[in-house]
Amino acid sequence: MRVTQGCFSYLPDLTDEQISKQIQYCLDNGWAVNLEYTDDPHPRNTYWEMWGLPMFDIRDAKAIMGELNDCRRIHTDCYIRLSAFDATNTWESLRISFIVQRPADEAGFMLTRQEIGGRMMRYETRAYGLQKPEGSRYGG
Amino acid sequence: MDTPTPSVADAKTVRGKDRYRSGVMEYSKMGYWEPDYEPKITDVIALFRITPQDGVDAIEAAAAVAGESSTATWTVVWTDRLTACEKYRAKAYRVDPVPNGPGQYFAYIAYDLALFEPGSIANLTASIIGNVFGFKPLKALRLEDMRMPVAYVKTFDGPSTGIVVERERLDKFGRPLLGATVKPKLGLSGRNYGRVVYEALKGGLDFTKDDENINSQPFMHWRDRFLYCMEAVNRAQAVSGEVKGTYLNVTAGTMEEMYERANFAHELGSTIVMIDLVIGYTAIQSMSKWARKHDMILHLHRAGHGTYTRHKTHGVSFRVIAKWMRLAGVDHIHAGTVVGKLEGDPLTTRGFYDVLREDYNPMRLEHGIFFEQDWAGTRKVMPVASGGIHAGQMHQLLHHLGEDVVLQFGGGTIGHPLGIAAGATANRVALEAMILARNEGRDYYREGPDILAQAARHCLPLRQALDTWGDVTFDYTSTDTPDFVASPMPAY
Repeated sequence: MRVTQGCFSYLPDLTDEQISKQIQYCLDNGWAVNLEYTDDPHPRNTYWEMWGLPMFDIRDAKAIMGELNDCRRIHTDCYIRLSAFDATNTWESLRISFIVQRPADEAGFMLTRQEIGGRMMRYETRAYGLQKPEGSRYGG
Repeated sequence: MDTPTPSVADAKTVRGKDRYRSGVMEYSKMGYWEPDYEPKITDVIALFRITPQDGVDAIEAAAAVAGESSTATWTVVWTDRLTACEKYRAKAYRVDPVPNGPGQYFAYIAYDLALFEPGSIANLTASIIGNVFGFKPLKALRLEDMRMPVAYVKTFDGPSTGIVVERERLDKFGRPLLGATVKPKLGLSGRNYGRVVYEALKGGLDFTKDDENINSQPFMHWRDRFLYCMEAVNRAQAVSGEVKGTYLNVTAGTMEEMYERANFAHELGSTIVMIDLVIGYTAIQSMSKWARKHDMILHLHRAGHGTYTRHKTHGVSFRVIAKWMRLAGVDHIHAGTVVGKLEGDPLTTRGFYDVLREDYNPMRLEHGIFFEQDWAGTRKVMPVASGGIHAGQMHQLLHHLGEDVVLQFGGGTIGHPLGIAAGATANRVALEAMILARNEGRDYYREGPDILAQAARHCLPLRQALDTWGDVTFDYTSTDTPDFVASPMPAY
């Protein structure tokens, strides 16, 4: 399966040149680019691990691509997402977020159903990869 | 026909003992026409388009509107003198002829804040659009715009979720959200209905939606619909790894019944419920409070609004409804598509979107916005564009409506020749390709068709969507357009 979180998941994986142009768009808007990685892509896993702090002071797309490549080298089999923070009052949140690396084999999710009286159902979405401990779920 | 100049000859407020002599007196002499009045920053201001009956003086008509929407009755009453009546009188303070609108006038009327109960749209509207719209000396009356003072805005909760928190909750940033209304709107069983929801969400939409008149009919009772829809939502979340939702319409005959349906939706884990505008302002505010308490996004379908928003000389402009609904506290509201099948002049629609999404609206006559409006931190409402739109218009939709909007492709998803999921994928691919191009700095509005054609090379469903609907447009003249001239009009 293909996790379709983020705003470009339905396009073919972006090339580095394309990613770089999106970074430039973020910088032109004055946003702080942020990298995060995880091996638990559950749709409600909000807090992926941060690759350092949001890059408030790096205003150069090339330097940010360098950070991304470092993150990719260390976390070869993780999901990595690139997002950007806008600190403008009454927004103060992300303006963009998209996946820039996925594991070679995306395990996907199991949906379990627990019948709880009448026709009511309790649903649970569980990642297939999660039986293994953190850090060893994909490939490694 | 020349527009007669409003008469100001006799329109002077009578004061003292003579003011309260029993009998009938012109409204403009009773204190409802005060051309020298400077509105206070705490005043509510309303702008009416008035069309007086033949022979009725424009200023007298404006004063009558001020009177009938505040303290006046048809005759002088001595009991006025027991009150601080000058404060309670609404004051017409400016009357302008409508540019290119013979026989019509814009009347500006100021209301003291003390006239209104805090936090009640019902109370506000009972005054402003209460008796006055049936008033005989007027041929027609339209409420065009309102300025709410910050002191009044702060008495409302506003949207419980708002655009930013909705995006955080759904984990979706940087692109419009995508939805579809399940079709056919009537007749599907719960089981068949859920199939449409599943296919559309699996294919790439973020939301599906009940239509305004899907409540609990013989062919599908509400509990059945909710159960099958939530099965579909959960399945789609698991196959995509994305948060999905479906607007469960909880509109019902009584408040008790609506709460029961909403609570069931909450129990089932839905992220969003839906209501129709026809349930009324008080019910909407109650549902907003309920939504706040239950971490629920509240979607409002503007069912019925066309009966009073569309006609240019009589009724209430949708920009006013949009302001009331932002105060009342809905998170989503249908606000027009510009390019789709329903009424929508581009600039007028832009004005509606501004009212819903901006922190501060400057006066923009070209968008139909007559007053500056400070929203004082009130959360932003996500506009919804629905009705006759398709993937081939993606560049136009993004250009006219921007990024913070839900684009709803009902027929444009479900009518796809390869099926519902393919229709959904076509829309999602078209959207992402357009966002990518825009962010890269391309002139996406002009290059739109090329960008779509290029994206369709790796996406058969998009190619088929473009082949099926590429040329479909709804190009009719709008009835609701702004009337303004670039330079300010003289005031009388």
